[in-house]
Amino acid sequence: MNTVVSLKDVYKSYSLRPHIRGGFKHFLLHLPKYLKEMKQDNTFTVLKGISFEIKEGETFGIIGPNGAGKSTTLALIAGVLKPDTGTIEVKGRVSALLELGAGFHPDLTGIENIILNGILLGLTKREIKQKMDEIIEFSGLGRFIYEPIRTYSGGMLARLGFSVAIHVDPQILLIDEILAVGDANFQKKCFEKIMEFKKRGVTIIFVSHGLADVERICERVALLNDGRLIYIGKPKETIEKYIEIMGENGRN
Amino acid sequence: MRKWVYYKDLILVLISKEMKVRYKNTILGFFWSIANPLCFALVFFIAFKVYMRIQIENYIIFLLSGLFPWQWFGNTVNSSPGVFIGNANLIKKVNFPRIGLPLAILGNDLVHFLLSIPVLVIFLLIYKKHPQLIIWSIGIPLLCIIQSLMVLGFSLAVSSLNLFFRDLQHLTVIITNLIFYFTPIIYAETMVPAKYRPLLLANPLSSLIISWQDLFLKNILRPSLIFVACGWAIVIFFVGYSIYKSLEPKFVEVV
Repeated sequence: MNTVVSLKDVYKSYSLRPHIRGGFKHFLLHLPKYLKEMKQDNTFTVLKGISFEIKEGETFGIIGPNGAGKSTTLALIAGVLKPDTGTIEVKGRVSALLELGAGFHPDLTGIENIILNGILLGLTKREIKQKMDEIIEFSGLGRFIYEPIRTYSGGMLARLGFSVAIHVDPQILLIDEILAVGDANFQKKCFEKIMEFKKRGVTIIFVSHGLADVERICERVALLNDGRLIYIGKPKETIEKYIEIMGENGRN
Repeated sequence: MRKWVYYKDLILVLISKEMKVRYKNTILGFFWSIANPLCFALVFFIAFKVYMRIQIENYIIFLLSGLFPWQWFGNTVNSSPGVFIGNANLIKKVNFPRIGLPLAILGNDLVHFLLSIPVLVIFLLIYKKHPQLIIWSIGIPLLCIIQSLMVLGFSLAVSSLNLFFRDLQHLTVIITNLIFYFTPIIYAETMVPAKYRPLLLANPLSSLIISWQDLFLKNILRPSLIFVACGWAIVIFFVGYSIYKSLEPKFVEVV
């Protein structure tokens, strides 16, 4: 099996003082202090040397407590963030379900928003037009598709967003906690769609706090804690480790 | 190959979104983009022609031939500070070429400018001036390319820097207002004393706006001025683009 995603010794930190704060007067009066601070290390390190590989067709889960660096890892694989040091290699078209309905505009109709969203997710106009019927069908929005989306309910918006995202025809699918949207029916539909992708050999990377979902879907799971990779292995073993460290954290 | 089709589609879709959204739920729609320069032309006409007796013939069409291209410049540059900040969520969550956003604003204002040319032609005809098709069909695309490069350069610089230095959005409005009065739009280039001429041409907008006036009012293009405008456009574009390129990887963290 080919490796499609590989992270090697990835470090990622955020600057705590990205723009000049406190106004211009403050800036001028405290210029020496500012210059000194700029040189100093004002960063918060989220990932501290993460390395792992994901094979083609694998369903890979990432779990860990809040602030462990799960979402940052996904954003790095999606290419939204760049690592400070270390390398990330991704082979194949990535569809990142980090945000449903990216770029949706309330005054545009469902169809207009499908085109806008599809373009931002990396499809050309022709590819979107080819998939238009399927997207509308899956969303189950019926005649509402011709109405401005400000008339939609939250659930309808989520359905439209999810429907576009899964029709991008990804080779690698990133999913961040989005199965929590929509009603039970739509969740079931999403889950079926994910299983269908899995059958088709799409590589899936799945971040969730829902340990039952992780155990059900994933073949291999990584446990992150405080920016480090603690454990990587079969879902059951990793989840046991996770519960173990959560217990320790709770005691401390 | 697919990459270029994608870029083209991205920009076209974003432009069409801008166009649809801008005048959604307004009654007069596109007319508003013409109304602004027309109103200013009227006010300047009363203030400078009627009250102050400025010595420029056909002052209304002189004003319009400078105000329409200025409107393009002003609109794009003044909306630049919000280009990335206004799309924070998109930048944080989706990996797409960010340059599409300022390009869409530029494209939208360019289309509006092109649509205002027929209005200008009507005014020219009223004043018995006749556009010469050949020189216009060369001049308009040429000057549009030069102005697009220049405006894009400014736009990239302002939109990128504003993420790190938010005061820039207030500064931008003031500076574009000041540049307006240092550009020969309400007065003619010939009225500027010879010793201040270098100062006039130090303003990147001057040579460009004068070229538009040459084309619209006299059906001529002066190569020397085009050359200066072109030089400015290339320099400004490269400065703006390199600012964008060097800051772009950090956008997602500060937006």
